Amino acid sequence: MGKASKRQETLGARAKALVSDLTFRRGVLSILIFLTLWEIGFRFNEWFGVMVPFVGKVDAPSIVATRWSDVVLLPGYWESWYLSMGRVFLGFLIAQIIGIPFGLAMAVNKYFRGMFFPPFEILRPIPPLAWVPASIIFWPTTELSIMFVTFLGAFYTIVINVLGGARAVDIQYLRAAQSMGATQWDLFRKIILPGTLPSIFIGAAVGMGITWEVVLAAEMISGGGQQSGGGLGFFIWSSYMGGVMDQVIVGMISIGLAGYISSSLIRYIGYRSMPWRRMF
Amino acid sequence: MTTAAHQQPATDKNASTKGAISIRNVTKIYDPKGANVLAVDDCSLEIAPAEVCMIVGPSGCGKTTLLNAIAGFHSITSGQIDLDGEMLCGPDKPLADQGADRVVVFQNGALFPWKTLADNVAYGPIVQGLMNKADAREKAISMLSEAGLSGVADKYPGEVSSGMARRAEIVRALINDPKVLLLDEPYRAMDALTKSIMHESLLEVYDRTRVTIFFITHDLEEAIFLGDRVIVMTTRPARTKKIVEVKINRPRDYRLLSSEEFRILVQETKEAVHEEAVKAFEAGERELA
Repeated sequence: MGKASKRQETLGARAKALVSDLTFRRGVLSILIFLTLWEIGFRFNEWFGVMVPFVGKVDAPSIVATRWSDVVLLPGYWESWYLSMGRVFLGFLIAQIIGIPFGLAMAVNKYFRGMFFPPFEILRPIPPLAWVPASIIFWPTTELSIMFVTFLGAFYTIVINVLGGARAVDIQYLRAAQSMGATQWDLFRKIILPGTLPSIFIGAAVGMGITWEVVLAAEMISGGGQQSGGGLGFFIWSSYMGGVMDQVIVGMISIGLAGYISSSLIRYIGYRSMPWRRMF
Repeated sequence: MTTAAHQQPATDKNASTKGAISIRNVTKIYDPKGANVLAVDDCSLEIAPAEVCMIVGPSGCGKTTLLNAIAGFHSITSGQIDLDGEMLCGPDKPLADQGADRVVVFQNGALFPWKTLADNVAYGPIVQGLMNKADAREKAISMLSEAGLSGVADKYPGEVSSGMARRAEIVRALINDPKVLLLDEPYRAMDALTKSIMHESLLEVYDRTRVTIFFITHDLEEAIFLGDRVIVMTTRPARTKKIVEVKINRPRDYRLLSSEEFRILVQETKEAVHEEAVKAFEAGERELA
C-alpha cells in the first residue's frame, strides 16, 4: 500500500513539476493562441478590413472538436489509426533491420561499398511515390505494396545516415583502441557501433517523418477497396470525397498526433540507449 | 580495510630496464610516387629505459610521423625502430604491429565518449582478454582514485573537465602496464594553470611507474620541466638538430620554474627551435600532421 501511495505521490509531483515548467507552459500557451486565432479567423471573414480567405474557409476548431467527439466513437476511425500505424512501424522496422547493417557494411568494407554504393545512389533519387504503380503490379496485395513504399521512404535516409556516421567516427578512437590491443571485431562492436549510434537515431528520426508522408500518400492513391486500403490517408481522402471538410481536418490533426507519438518514441529510445548524450 | 583496495602501481622491480627505444636511420616519405614528401630524413635517436624524452620542433616537422611509426599507425620508408632490442619495424616490415606495450595519448583526447571513465580505463585489459569485466573495472576504479579521480569514475568524459579527462586518459594508458607512453601534445589546448597541474600529476605518475615517455610538445618550458632530454628537431624533413640534457634532479616541482638553471636551459632550447621555426615559416608550408 505504501508503495502504491508513494508512486502516486511521485506521479503527482511529476505532474506538478510539469505544469510549473516554463517550457511546458509556453507550449500550451502557443497552442491556445493558435487555436484562438483560427477560431477568430473562421468567425470573421475580415481582419481589420482585410479579407482572410484561407482561414475563413477552414472549419473552426470548435466545429472540428465537435466532429472529432463523434468520430472517436466510430470503429472505422480507430481502424484507420491501427492500419496506418501498423504500416509505418512495419515498413520502418524492416528499413532499420536491413538499412543499418547495409550502411555499416558499406562504411567498413570498401569492396562492399564499391559493389553496392553506385546502384544505391541511382535508386535513391527516385521518390518513393514514383514506386507506387510499379509496386502495385509487383507485389501480390495492396497492403504489401503500401508497406514496400513505406519501407523505401525510410530506407535511403537510414542508410545514408549510418554510412556517413560510421565513416565519421574519429580515427583517434580507432587508433586508441587499437593501441590498447583491440581486434577488428572489437573495433567494430565497441567503437564503430557506439560511435555511429547518434547518426542511427538521426536517420531514424528523419526516416520516421518520411515514412508518415509516404504512407499517407500511398493510402490515398491505393484507395479503400474490398481488398485492402484504409488508413488515415484514406480516411482523409474519403472525407474529402464525401465533402465532410471538418472530418478532413480531424484526419489531418490525427496524423500530426500519430507522427508526434512516433517521434517521441524514437527520442525516448535514443535517450535511453545513449546515456552519454543529451541529444534532443 | 578501506585502503586495502589500493592496487600496486603498474610497475615492478625491473621497470627501469624496459622501454628502451632505438630509432636508427629512419626515413619516411609520404606518397613516394606522387607528392613525394620527405617527412623524416635519416633520423636516429636512442631513448634509454625510463627516460622522459621530449621532442620539440616546428609545426609539421615530422614529430608526429615518428610517433606514428613507433605506435604502428604509419609505416616507415627505411631504417629501423627497436623496442628493448626487438624490431618493431624495419627493412622487411615497414609497419609496426600495434600493441598495448606502447600506448598513445592523443592531442585532442580520445577517451571514448560512450563509456564512463571507469569503463574507458577498464577497456584495455578487457579487449586483451587479461581480465574479466568485473576485475578490470575494480582495478580501473582503484587506479582512478589513486590519480585523484575516484569521484568521477562513473561520469562520462563529456561531463568532466578537460584536465580530469586527460588524467583519466593517462590512467587508461597505464593500466596496460606499457613499456612506453607515447604522448602527442596532450596538454596543448589547456590554460597555463591546468597545465601545471597536469605536469605535476604526470611527474607523480612517472616517479611511481618509471615508464619510458616519448612526449611531443611545442611548449619549451613544459619540455624542460618534464624531460630528461629535449630533442630539438629540424624543420621538415625532421632530423635531430640539438639535444638538450636536463640534469635536474627528480622529484621536481613548480619552484623549479623560477630557477636560474631552468631559465638557461629554456633559453638554450628556444634559440635552437627559433631558428628552425623561422625556416619553417619562410618555407610557408601547410602543417603536415
